[in-house]
Amino acid sequence: MKILTAARMERCIGCHSCSFACARLVHKLLSWNTAGIRIASSGGLSTGFEARVCLACDPAPCAAVCPSGAMVARKKGGGVRFKRDLCIRCGKCAEACPVDAIYLDLKSRPYVCIHCGRCVKFCPHECLELRDSEDKNPAGEGKP
Amino acid sequence: MIRDYFKILVVDLETGTGKVENIEGRDIYIGGSGLGAHLFNLYGYPERPWDNPEQPLIFSIGPLTGLFPLMSKTVCSFKSPYHDQFAESHAGGRSALALKFADYDALVITGKARRLSCLSIGMRHLEVRDIQFLAGKDVFTTGKILRKMYPGSGHRSILRIGSAGENLSAMACINADTYRHFGRLGSGSVMGSKNLKAIVIQGDGSFALPENKSYPEVYRKVYEKMTATDMMSKYHNLGTAANLSTLNELKSLPWRNLQATADEKIDNITGEKFADEALLRNGACAGCPVGCIHIGFVREKFMEQNQYLYRQVAYDYEPIFSTGSMLGVTDPFAVLGIMDEIEKVGLDVMSGGVALAWATEAFEKGLISEKETIVPLAFGNSDSYKKAVMYLGEARNEFYKLLGSGSLVAASKYGGEDFACVLGQEMAGYATGETFYVAESLGFRHSHLDSSAYSWDQKHDTKDENEICDVLIAEESARSYVTSMVACLFGRGVYTLEQLTECLESVGYDKIAENMQESGDRIQALRWKTRFDTGYNPDKIKIPKRYLNVTTWKGKTDPVFLDRLKEKYASRIKELVSAESLKNLKIDIKSK
Ligand code: SF4
Ligand code: SF4
Ligand code: SF4
Repeated sequence: MKILTAARMERCIGCHSCSFACARLVHKLLSWNTAGIRIASSGGLSTGFEARVCLACDPAPCAAVCPSGAMVARKKGGGVRFKRDLCIRCGKCAEACPVDAIYLDLKSRPYVCIHCGRCVKFCPHECLELRDSEDKNPAGEGKP
Repeated sequence: MIRDYFKILVVDLETGTGKVENIEGRDIYIGGSGLGAHLFNLYGYPERPWDNPEQPLIFSIGPLTGLFPLMSKTVCSFKSPYHDQFAESHAGGRSALALKFADYDALVITGKARRLSCLSIGMRHLEVRDIQFLAGKDVFTTGKILRKMYPGSGHRSILRIGSAGENLSAMACINADTYRHFGRLGSGSVMGSKNLKAIVIQGDGSFALPENKSYPEVYRKVYEKMTATDMMSKYHNLGTAANLSTLNELKSLPWRNLQATADEKIDNITGEKFADEALLRNGACAGCPVGCIHIGFVREKFMEQNQYLYRQVAYDYEPIFSTGSMLGVTDPFAVLGIMDEIEKVGLDVMSGGVALAWATEAFEKGLISEKETIVPLAFGNSDSYKKAVMYLGEARNEFYKLLGSGSLVAASKYGGEDFACVLGQEMAGYATGETFYVAESLGFRHSHLDSSAYSWDQKHDTKDENEICDVLIAEESARSYVTSMVACLFGRGVYTLEQLTECLESVGYDKIAENMQESGDRIQALRWKTRFDTGYNPDKIKIPKRYLNVTTWKGKTDPVFLDRLKEKYASRIKELVSAESLKNLKIDIKSK
């Protein structure tokens, strides 16, 4: 399985092109919130940026707490699949996520990265990378 | 299409409440510049002074904001404290997208808060909060505290003013998200006059996209042009700072209050030099993959035993011209140090730098002394400038208060009007020739971006005022259209009329795409009409004598041609608002 990593965030310029791509292409929305990846400054623009994105936990705490079977662990490689029809909007998944990767919209619908990698091409600074989940030592990690 | 009318929020600071209004005219006024002028006609009072509490402060965005890359600017429209006329200033940062995702096409602020306040809005909230405790706090501290007071990091915009705005300086800017500004003509003081220290806009909404195949496809094409081709590399690479060496070479870079137009010391403050030595990283406005914001650093030793602190300062061509060559400061870190002080007090960097350049020459000529300036001013002395900037922002004494109202206002008391570098307002950094001097002096924003005058000068040596005016007027119309879409002007190479048409059609704004030429003309005329209604008179604008001494690659300024061109351009601007022209363009707005 593939997973998305925000491997080189030191390079990020805060353009939000990745979030817009995800919202547009995956969720068919115009937004910088309702997306699998969200960019925040780490405390004002002078401190650089961080990506709020699913780390593909294995096992996934968000799936473990989902009471309705909407958030389910992927078969391999960590991370989750989200079945919108089964979601009762209790928000437990977002609460359980240790890195705030799940966004609840104004109607408490969860948005989470599905590791499809469609955002990657839209990052002008190659901050993002889609890689095999088995690859423990990805090329870009740690290298600016 | 999200909607075919304008949805705007009108906030009254007096009561702390607001009202959502739906306004017709999307196809005619489009957004940005056009919408700003339209709203001023609906909510403004041309006869009343700029600081009358009822005057509106308007922020407007465009139909494609957020939908396409580089549609990332906001237009701020207001009555200017500099000349008490209708004015406009543009900025990026996150302001445009935040407004979009808060679900408004424009924000109109009227009234005056009882005490220093912060307005915060979003998709689901509107609040005016007392923040008197931030009175006198600099722009950075204010930002830091507000970030903690309000939620939404990364997806909000924080607009704020410093002491210059609180003190009602005609040169006060509105800082947008630390690294961008509504710079020129004093919008910061309009906020100050309303007791409005800050505005926090939270972009927490989302919108359904058109269900067609063409939108994502057109997006991808535009995005590729913006990133994969070399069309934008100029802005991404050295940024606008690349112009420093170009203009110096053309003998068009103002040095030491425009006593020279070239200097061999240029090598110390070129775009290359800044990139090699002082560039820390790049930044971008939200929605812009080009990333033209160049952030440099200053490092200061504050204690013996190697104790340093550092700060980050965004630089561009204009700030380097106004705090570097114009003040004779030729060390990148000293230049950044002055910019940093200017940022803190919330002054427009061009106006502040150019005003201090005039003060320096006046000091050298003995028209003023330390009695007025408190510190000795001398070209190249960056330590003095850092202090002077603070005094200017704080309006420390009568001299600095007058200087903050404009170099010519100070000169009318102390003398030295001949060498004030004022072209409508403190000049931009292009001593390129007669076309630019006239265009900036009379132009709508007194900005080098009103038309392409500075680039015309760099390429042509003809003296045909009719031909030049044709170019200026046509270019201004085209730019009026683009600034109503509120595309970043750096994207103008990509956003040709064909490209804009394709973008608009892909999201259902077919009508806005029709008759772009006519729309540009109409908005141009509407803006000018609004300007004239508030007292604009091109014949009253003088070009100071200093410009007659300037030498460019074309030689010395030709005074006869300068006058001829000025007269012609003034008459062409007046034609734009003639009864016949307004009738042809179907402009019949009655002002209040
Ligand atoms: S959403 Fe959060 S908890 Fe769930 S797998 Fe991703 S990182 Fe882990
Ligand atoms: S990998 Fe796919 S789902 Fe995840 S953030 Fe990128 S575009 Fe969105
Ligand atoms: S696209 Fe890349 S540079 Fe832009 S915000 Fe996302 S991670 Fe940062």
